[in-house]
Amino acid sequence: MFQLALARMREFYREPEAVFWVFGFPIVLAFALGLAFRNAGPGELQVGVAAGAAGDRALVASLDSSPRLAASVLDTGEARRRLRTGRIALLVVPGDSLIYRYDSTRTESRLARLEVDDIVQRARGRRDPAVVRDDRVAAAGSRYIDFLIPGLLGMNLLGSGIWGVGFSVVQARQKKLLKRFMATPMRRSHYLLSFILSRLVFLILEVAALVGFGWLMFDVGVRGSWLTLAGITLLGAFAFAGLGLLVASRARTIEGVSGLMNLVMLPMWILSGTFFSYARFPDAMIPFVKALPLTALNDALRAVMIDGTGVAALGVPLAIVAGWGALSFVIALQIFRWR
Amino acid sequence: MLCRGLTKRFGDVVAVAGLDLTIAAGECFGLLGPNGAGKTTTIEILEGLTAPDGGEVALLGQPWRDGAEGRALRERLGIQLQDTQLADKLTVEETLALFRSFYRNAHGVDEVLALVELEEKRGARVVTLSGGQKQRLAVACALVSRPDLLFLDEPTTGLDPQSRRQLWDIIRRFRAAGGTVLLTTHYMEEAERLCDRVAIMDHGRIIALGTPTALIASLGADHVVEFALVEGAGGEGLDADLRGLPGVKVARARATGGGHSLTVAEVHRAVPALLALLERRGAELSLLTTHHATLEDVFVSLTGRQLRDP
Repeated sequence: MFQLALARMREFYREPEAVFWVFGFPIVLAFALGLAFRNAGPGELQVGVAAGAAGDRALVASLDSSPRLAASVLDTGEARRRLRTGRIALLVVPGDSLIYRYDSTRTESRLARLEVDDIVQRARGRRDPAVVRDDRVAAAGSRYIDFLIPGLLGMNLLGSGIWGVGFSVVQARQKKLLKRFMATPMRRSHYLLSFILSRLVFLILEVAALVGFGWLMFDVGVRGSWLTLAGITLLGAFAFAGLGLLVASRARTIEGVSGLMNLVMLPMWILSGTFFSYARFPDAMIPFVKALPLTALNDALRAVMIDGTGVAALGVPLAIVAGWGALSFVIALQIFRWR
Repeated sequence: MLCRGLTKRFGDVVAVAGLDLTIAAGECFGLLGPNGAGKTTTIEILEGLTAPDGGEVALLGQPWRDGAEGRALRERLGIQLQDTQLADKLTVEETLALFRSFYRNAHGVDEVLALVELEEKRGARVVTLSGGQKQRLAVACALVSRPDLLFLDEPTTGLDPQSRRQLWDIIRRFRAAGGTVLLTTHYMEEAERLCDRVAIMDHGRIIALGTPTALIASLGADHVVEFALVEGAGGEGLDADLRGLPGVKVARARATGGGHSLTVAEVHRAVPALLALLERRGAELSLLTTHHATLEDVFVSLTGRQLRDP
C-alpha cells in the first residue's frame, strides 16, 4: 500500500499541470479576488445628471464635492445607455422636483440614491437634528478575504480529492493497469486506501500553501486551534477522496468521468458558499445546501479560522462531512469496476 | 494446469466454445490462432481475471477462489496481459518496486532487471522506453513474483525481430530454471521455436493439438509448393490433375487470390511434373514458391484460411 501511494504521488508531482491546478490555481484565485474585493470600499459611485434641465451644472458640482460620488452631465441617449450597462449607478433629472432613475435591485444604485438624496436635500435647506459620527471598522476577520480563504480551502479539498482520485482511477482502468493489478495478489482495499494515503500527504502541502499565502498576503490568520484546522481538513480530504472514488467507480473513459465530476462539483461550487454566503439562497433551499459536504466543510473551516470555534461545537457539520465520506467509500467499494 | 469444458460468451458472440486443456509442469505451451479465435479470453479465464460461463479450471491443483486462497495462488503466478500500459511517469525501477511490493517472496529489483537485461534503463521513465523495452518491462513485472507458472498474452506482437529474439531468450531462461509457460501468439515461427506443444484455436475451439513437429507431420509431407497462374483458376479438372502429380499429397485452391497450394513430399519430383502439366494445359505461371511446411500451413489445411491476413 505504501508503494502504491508512493507511485501515486510520483505520478502526480511529475505532472506539472496537475501541480498547478492543485497548488497554484487557488492561490492565483485568492490573490485576484483579494485584490478585487480589497477593503478600499466600493470607491466612487458614478452618477449621471441629465443635460438640458436648469441647474444641471450646479448639481454636478455639488454632487462631485462628495468624496463618494463622481458626477457628469450626460445627454438623454448616452445617459440611458450608461445606466443600462451599469457604468452609472443612478441618473438624476434635475428640476423643481427631481427624478432619480436607477435599478433598485443593484446595491450600488441604492447607495448612490442615498448619497445623492442627502446632498440634494441638504442643499435645499434640510437640517439633520441628530449628531452622528462614523466609526469605520476594517479588522481582520470581517473582510471578504477572511471569508474567501476558508472557502477556497474547502473548494481546493473538493477539487483535488475528486480530480486527483477520479482521473487516476479511470486512467488506470482505461490503460488496463487496474486489470493488471487484479492479476497480482494485491488487496483491493489497499488500492483504494493508497489514494487516501497519498491525498493526505498532499493535503498538508495544499493547506500550508493556501493558508500561508492568505496569512502573508492578506494577514488572514487562524483564530482557532491549528490542530482543529488540521483535523477538519483531514476529514474533508478523506470525504472528498471517497466521493472521488465513487465518481470514478464505474466510468470507463476520461471523458465519461469528467462529465460526472462536473456534475458533482459544479453545484457545490455555486451552492456551498465558497465565494458568497449561501444565506442568499431562498430559505426553502437552505436545508439541502447545508446537507452538502462542501457547505458543511466550509462552515466548519470558517468557524475555526474566523471565529476560533472549538471542535466540540462543530459536531453537526463534521458529522455531515464524515457521513458523506464513509457512505461514498462503502458504495464505491461495492460498485467498483475492477477491470 | 487443467481446464475442462470451458465456455464463455459475450452477448451473442461465443468466445470460447467448450475447451479442454492440460498443461504439465515444466512445459511451454502455445495457444496459436488468428485474431478473434478466443486466445485472450481463454488465457484470461485461466488467469482468473474472467469468470467462465461454464467449465472448470484448476491451476497448480487448485480452482480459482476469492479471498485469501485466490491471493495465495496469485503469489505463484506471473502474468503479462496483452494491452496493459504501465504508468508513463514512473521509472523502470519504480514500476518494478511497485509490483514486487504485492508479493511476499519477490525477486529484488536488481535480479529481475538482470533477467530481462534492462539494467541500463533502470532510471528511465516508462514513457521513454522503446516498444521492445516496454514489453520486456511488462514481462519483468510478471517475473518479479518468482512464478511457477508464467502467462504471456501475445508477448511479441508488433515487435521488431531483434526485440522478439530477446524476449524468446528471456522465456527460454525461465523454462531452463524449471518454470511452466502458457503463451498465446499468432506467429507460428514463435510457437515452433519456443513451445513443446501447441494448440491451434479457431472460433473458440481447439482444432489441433500436439508438438509442432507432429502437427506439421500431420500434413503428410513437409514441403509446400504455392503457385498462381496468369489466367486465374487454370481451367477444368486442374485440381484432379494436380493431385495425380508424383509426390503431391494434398492440392487445394486458395480461398483468396486465386492461387494454388500443394503439400508435397519430394519437391525435386513434384516441381518438374507441375511445370510439365502446366505446359500441356497451356497455362502460364505468375508465381511459384516452395517452403518447408510450417504451423501456418497446418492452420490453412485445417480451415482453408490464412492465419493472418496478408
